[in-house]
Parts: sequence; structure tokens; C-alpha cells
Amino acid sequence: MIPERPGTRSVPALVPEQASVSRRSFVKLATGMAFVLGFHLPFRNTSEAADRSSYAPNAFIRIGPEGDVTLTIPQVEMGQGIYTALSMLLAEELDVDWSRVRVKHAPADEEHYANPITGIQVTGGSNSVRAFWKPLRRAGASTRACFVQAAAHGWGVPAAECRTEDSNVIHDRTGRRSAYGALVGLASAVEPPKDPPLKDVSAFRLIGRPLKRLDTPEKANGQAKFGIDVLLPGLKFATVAASPVLGGKVARVDDHRATAIPGVRQIVVLDDLVAVVGDHMWAAKSGLEALEITWDDGPNGDVSSGLIWSRLREASLREGAVAKDVGDVARALGSSNAFSSEVIGATFEMPLLAHATMEPLNCTVHVTPTFAEVWIGTQVMERVHAAVAKAAELPESQVTVHNHLIGGGFGRRLEPDMAYSAARIARHVDGPVKVVWTREEDMRHDVYRPAYHDRLWARLEGDRIVAWMHRVSGSSVIARWLPAAFQKGVDPDGVDSGADMPYEIPNFRVEFNREEPPGVVTGFWRGVGPNNNVFAIESFIDELAHKAGRDPIDFRRAHLDKTSRLQAALDLVREKSGWNSALPARCGRGVSAQTSFGSFIATVVECEVERSGEVKLRRVTSAIDSGIAVNPDTIIAQLQGGHIFGLTAALYGEITLEKGRVQQSNFHDYRMLRIDQIPPIDIHLIKSDAPPGGIGEPGTTAAVPALRNAIYAATGVALRRMPIDRKLLAGSKWR
Amino acid sequence: MSTLIVNGERREVDVPPDMPLLWVLRDVLGLTGTKFGCGIAQCGACTVHLDGKPVRSCLIPVGSIGSRAITTIEVIGATPNGAKVQKAWLDLEVIQCGYCQSGQIMSATALLDAIPKPDDADIDAAMAGNICRCGTYVRIREAIKRAAAGAQAS
Repeated sequence: MIPERPGTRSVPALVPEQASVSRRSFVKLATGMAFVLGFHLPFRNTSEAADRSSYAPNAFIRIGPEGDVTLTIPQVEMGQGIYTALSMLLAEELDVDWSRVRVKHAPADEEHYANPITGIQVTGGSNSVRAFWKPLRRAGASTRACFVQAAAHGWGVPAAECRTEDSNVIHDRTGRRSAYGALVGLASAVEPPKDPPLKDVSAFRLIGRPLKRLDTPEKANGQAKFGIDVLLPGLKFATVAASPVLGGKVARVDDHRATAIPGVRQIVVLDDLVAVVGDHMWAAKSGLEALEITWDDGPNGDVSSGLIWSRLREASLREGAVAKDVGDVARALGSSNAFSSEVIGATFEMPLLAHATMEPLNCTVHVTPTFAEVWIGTQVMERVHAAVAKAAELPESQVTVHNHLIGGGFGRRLEPDMAYSAARIARHVDGPVKVVWTREEDMRHDVYRPAYHDRLWARLEGDRIVAWMHRVSGSSVIARWLPAAFQKGVDPDGVDSGADMPYEIPNFRVEFNREEPPGVVTGFWRGVGPNNNVFAIESFIDELAHKAGRDPIDFRRAHLDKTSRLQAALDLVREKSGWNSALPARCGRGVSAQTSFGSFIATVVECEVERSGEVKLRRVTSAIDSGIAVNPDTIIAQLQGGHIFGLTAALYGEITLEKGRVQQSNFHDYRMLRIDQIPPIDIHLIKSDAPPGGIGEPGTTAAVPALRNAIYAATGVALRRMPIDRKLLAGSKWR
Repeated sequence: MSTLIVNGERREVDVPPDMPLLWVLRDVLGLTGTKFGCGIAQCGACTVHLDGKPVRSCLIPVGSIGSRAITTIEVIGATPNGAKVQKAWLDLEVIQCGYCQSGQIMSATALLDAIPKPDDADIDAAMAGNICRCGTYVRIREAIKRAAAGAQAS
């Protein structure tokens, strides 16, 4: 446990999760990504019955007799500020004293903590606040109603005459006041209302304020515990090697040099992995380097980036599964192989990408014949739970998962593979073992962001787009990760922000073509499907605006009559970015607009293209309407960071393969933007009373096309693939 | 057996002399505030101070340290600049996932120790070795300036 550190500042403290998993519920994954209508809160008395004096009306709230408030947060904290935002939702309706709020991780327990949008216990897709916006407020309001009932009953006054404030029930007419803590016993006897009234926006006291994050004080002084920081009595340390050729197997291991290294305790050889277990990571690492491993390359020894791209490009020539079809595209464009001469076409490509979370993959596991215990930071608690049970061949009831803070998720920790591998290793180790991947192993065995090839066609009549056809070709993450949601050949993530893009075009068709890269497993990456679609659409729209001879913002606006919130974002970003002001030579401004993740965002990037082809960032400006801003400062932080995440990929990001091997290995050849390259980034929030939208991903998806369009404006070079091609830009003439 | 001066205390450790300081701190001494990010001095997550100077502990063999004083994130708040930097980091809510921030704070504190009023170029030079994947750089820059100004919490 992290002790509370009094005197630092009066914000709630973070309590690490200590509760064990009670049981795993069966969950129907078929709910897919659709909203689960009629979601009801899991009202129950939580299993921690030892503390009988406290009041736990549901899975999220516990109030002690001294007035201490413990909130169990179903979504995991990976820097997005979700502990704070979701606590604000609960505390707002509960009317508790914010300084008494403490936060706990939820255990792996899908029955009580599943994400209402996906139906599984998952943190990802920029949907935590959207998913829990009403459920958690209802939980708070329902509990508050119990305290009011309890106090009113005791005082013999009508409940409707009572109000609540800072963990007190107050009856103004009689001057009575009772603290929640003192009402704990009485409130327990009240049946919580299932559908309590929620506060009107105008009554919010916490929501909308830039409250300090609950998780950051411990992160500033080294006390925060990430998964990789777990230390246990008798803990051993391990590191792993997998086949350099993706999908290869272990053929032979000669360990005579490794076992002679001081501190090396054990070599674990599995069919696809070799692990060295030692007294510390250095022994494990040195031991691994001293091993002579012969690999069986398997079927992927000839896979290269060239092969992956040629297959993807070939796939893009066939017709895809239809995700959306409005009007008569065929008539408006002509058949896809015989378009009329007025049809404008372009292809866009996005590369494979690694996640490169700052905290390398790791998982600590203790497997015994009768139970297993796991320590990890994961976005998918319940999947880790199931993976370890499977690896350890134990019933899930005998597996306990302790979740930790996450040192960067970005989608990588939506996979349980590291837990599965660690548990298979741990079966051979006496006592707990912490398995830590080196940066090189982490990068070469990632679950990569898919590579995409997009073909777009459109026809203009004057300055209006009258027909639009968008064919996305790429691997399907959903088909692997949530198979039930992959229907009729369409990956709903693969066409997200494409099939529902905001521009009003009478003849409109979007297709998806699934084409898996041989040997490469692909997964979610910050910005998910919209990364690809927003890039392709916003780049193409810019080219169409140019053809139509219109200003890029005016052109977009003219096709957005039904989306006034995006028009407003464009208007604000035009003003704040100085869109029409003069620029020095070789400089340009580019814009992007999107409605992804339920938020409306317009972004302008300003850059300079040097003669060498190097691109320098000068300024980034965004205007966003993400509905009610629960914690406005967190939204700004997420957009600043999201922009940098996207710009990093646009300037540097690409994973390549040769002879089945990933060629990048660490930050020297898979580069990140650094502080000396970062321009001023200004985020402008648009006030709104609409329900909250997502904010984790939109900054990433917005930045890439805005930069691409800035380069287009500066040079006239219409880049069609990411990352940017400096050689192409070096040869450009500047406008 | 070698003797290290860690956060003001003498610590005896029985480790190979070529073992990087990072793993001695984390796996032997239990000081997990110092982070492993890359292992090749490319990311700065493992930054500690040796006699007040920032170093990447993932590449420093423990046998080369001798009597130099090792200072880690766990105690940097006890130094005037460390405390100012931590306070500015929280006041401006710099931190997101937090994994790189031990290293960022150690680098920033060393910067202020060397240059009390750094300009943008000083900040670039001192901080470019620290990667933040969450993209907190804009706030890191602001927070260093605030810490340098010694401004009070808002």
C-alpha cells in the first residue's frame, strides 16, 4: 500500500488495488462495439464484507463511518486521467467532500466492471467517460438518495426538503445537518432507487472544473507502482527471446555459457520462447545474450515489407465488402474500372507501426499447482485473467490478477499475450517471477498497427463533391480481437470515421477489403481505425479543395451544413491559428476536421519544409467540442499529447520487415519526437452541454493529415503515404 | 562486494562490476522509481544524478561509480531545485502515464542546478535526451520555467 502523504496537497490519495478476484463472469462478446441499451448498474453489496461498518451500496462506492469515500474505478489509468474523471462523475452526484475521496483499481470482474459500450472489461477506444457518463452518475445519485432518505426519516421531515453538500445531508428549515459517515448504518437499510434523478448541467460543482489529477503526486516522486515495479519476497527476474523471424520456433538451445554466468538460475525453453531466469534483470539479460539459440524460421522467412505492400495493393483492386452505400455511386462515377474522365482518384497508405510504450512489456506471475497470482498493468483485466488461467491450466477461480498503473498503453496493453507468455514461463519457476521484455524484444514482437492502402475516387460539380467512393484495404483487428463484431466482411473499426464521415455527399460508398499481412499480427494503436480513414479523407479533401479552387476551410465548411459543431470548430481554429496571415517562404498551414469518437475537432498545423526535405513544426492549433468537459485540463493534455503522438508517427513511424524479421529495434531506429522539435500547441475548448465525447484518440488522428496538408500547402507535393518522404520533399519547388 | 553511496546512505551490494547501476537500484536495492526504458541511453527514463550530474543509469557499470554520490527520484524532493521541479510538475499537471517522469524530473533538476534561469535553448539541450511517449513536452517546458521562476502554486 502507498501510504497517504499528508501535507502535499489536499487531493484524494490513490489506493492500489489489493482485492482479489472473486469470480469471472461469462460475457457475451457479441455485443460488439454497439451501445448496450438498458445497461443497469450492478447493485450489490461488495464482497469485502469484513468491513461491516462501512456502506457499499454498489460496486463503485464505499463510505466509511468516518466519512472516508473509496471509489472503485472500473477503467484503468494509463495517463489519460480516468481515475480523476470517473471519480468526478461519482462524486458530483454523490455530493461528497472531494478531499476525502480515495481511488481503487477495480479487480478483474466483468460482471460488475464491464465497460457498458463493449460489454467487456476493457479500457480503450476513447470511450471511458462516454460509457460511464450516466451509469456512474446514477450510482452516485442513487447512493445520495439513500443518505437523504435515511436522514429525513430520522428527522421526520420530507426527503424532498433536504439537500446535500460535502458529504452532509442538510435540512435548512430546521437547521439540521448530518454527515454521511454518521448515516452509514441507516442508509444501508434503504433500498437504493434504480433510476434516481440526475443533476442538471447548471448544478454541477465538480464536473467542468480543472481538478488536480488523483494519480500524479506519486508519479512525481518515484512512489507510483507500475507493473514493472512489482517486488515480492523471493522474486526472480526473467527476460525472453522469441524467434527473430515472426512466428518461428525454438529448434535448439545451447546454454553451457549462460548457466555459468553468476546470478543466472534457470533457462526455460518453450516451443516459441526462451527465457533466462536470474537474481536480477542483468543476470537474465547477460544469460540470454550468452545463449546459443537455433531457431526454426517457420513459414515466414521470406516475408518482407515489399511483399506485404504488393499484396495489399493487389487486394485493393478487388471490390470490397460494402460498409455504406448511399445514392448511386456507380452511376455518378461510372464503374470502378471505367470511371469517367471527370473522376479524381488518389491512393493513400499508412505503414505498420509499433506502440513503443515507455514501460516495456512485462508481467509478474506466481504459479503453483493450486493457484496463480498475476501482477500487471493491463487495459484488459479479464482477458489477462483468462489467459493466465489457460496457461497455468487452472480454473479461473484460482487465478488472481492485481492491476497496476500503466506506463503507456496506446492499445498495446489491449492484448494479453505478455501475460500468457509470462505464465507459461512461471509454470517452470519455483516462486514468483517477473518477466521483462527488453526494448528490442518489445519492438520486434509487437502487435502492430495495421498497414492500410486506401483508394478514393470523387467527382466535383463546380465546387461541390457529388460522388465519393472510399475503399479501405488492410488487416482486420476486430476479426481477431472481437470476432463477433466482424460481420459480412466489414471491420467496423476499419471503416470508423470513413463510413460515417461528416461531409454531405449525395452519392457515397465505403468498402472494406480484408487482407492480412503474412506472419504479422496487427492490433489497436492510439487513434485506431480513424487514424487511417481521417488521414485518407482529409488528405483527399484537401486535394479536391485545390481542384475546386477553394480555400480548404471554406471547402470543408460548405459540405458540413448538417454538422454545425464541426463548422464551429473550423471557424474557431481559423481564427486562433491565424489561418489567413502571411507566412515565410517554404512554410505552409494545413487543416483537418473530424467527428471521430464523438468529438468535433478541427486542427491546423503550421510547418516549414527545409531544402533538405526535413520538416520543422512551427505551431499546432486545435479547436474541439467534446461535449461537456468533465475535466477541461485533462482534455487539453490529451490533445497536446495526442497531437505529438500523431506527429511522431507522421515524421518517423514505420515498421519494416526483411526476411521475416522486424528491422527496427529501439529508439535509435524507431524515432520519437523530442522536446527540441515541439512547437507551441494551443488547444481551444468549445463550451457545450452535449454529452461528453472521447478525447484520448482524436488528437492523434487529427494531427497527421493536418501536417500532410501543411506540407502540401508549403510545397505543392501531395504526399500519399506516411511517414513523410524527405527525398520527395527535397526535390520540391516551393509555392 | 562493493559499496555505493545511494541517497546519502552507504549500501553494500554483491553484484558483478559490469552490472549497470539501473538494475542495482531497481532489482537489488528496491528503488523502483528509476525506470527502464531502452537500455541504450536513448530515452532518459533511467536518469539519476552522480555527484549532482545527470547520467543514464542503464549504461553506467556499477563498478565505475566509486565514491560518487548517487541520487535518485525517491529523494530528489529533498533538494531545493528538486522540490521546485516536482511542485511545478504538479501545479501544471505535466504528468500523464508518468513512466518517463522520474527521468524528466531528474534531468530538469540537474538543469536548474547548472543554469538557474534556463532559456528555451538550454531546455532543449538538457531535455532532448528524455523521451515522453504521452507527449507532455509542452508542459515540461512550461514547468521548468515556472520552477526556475520559483513561482507560487496557483
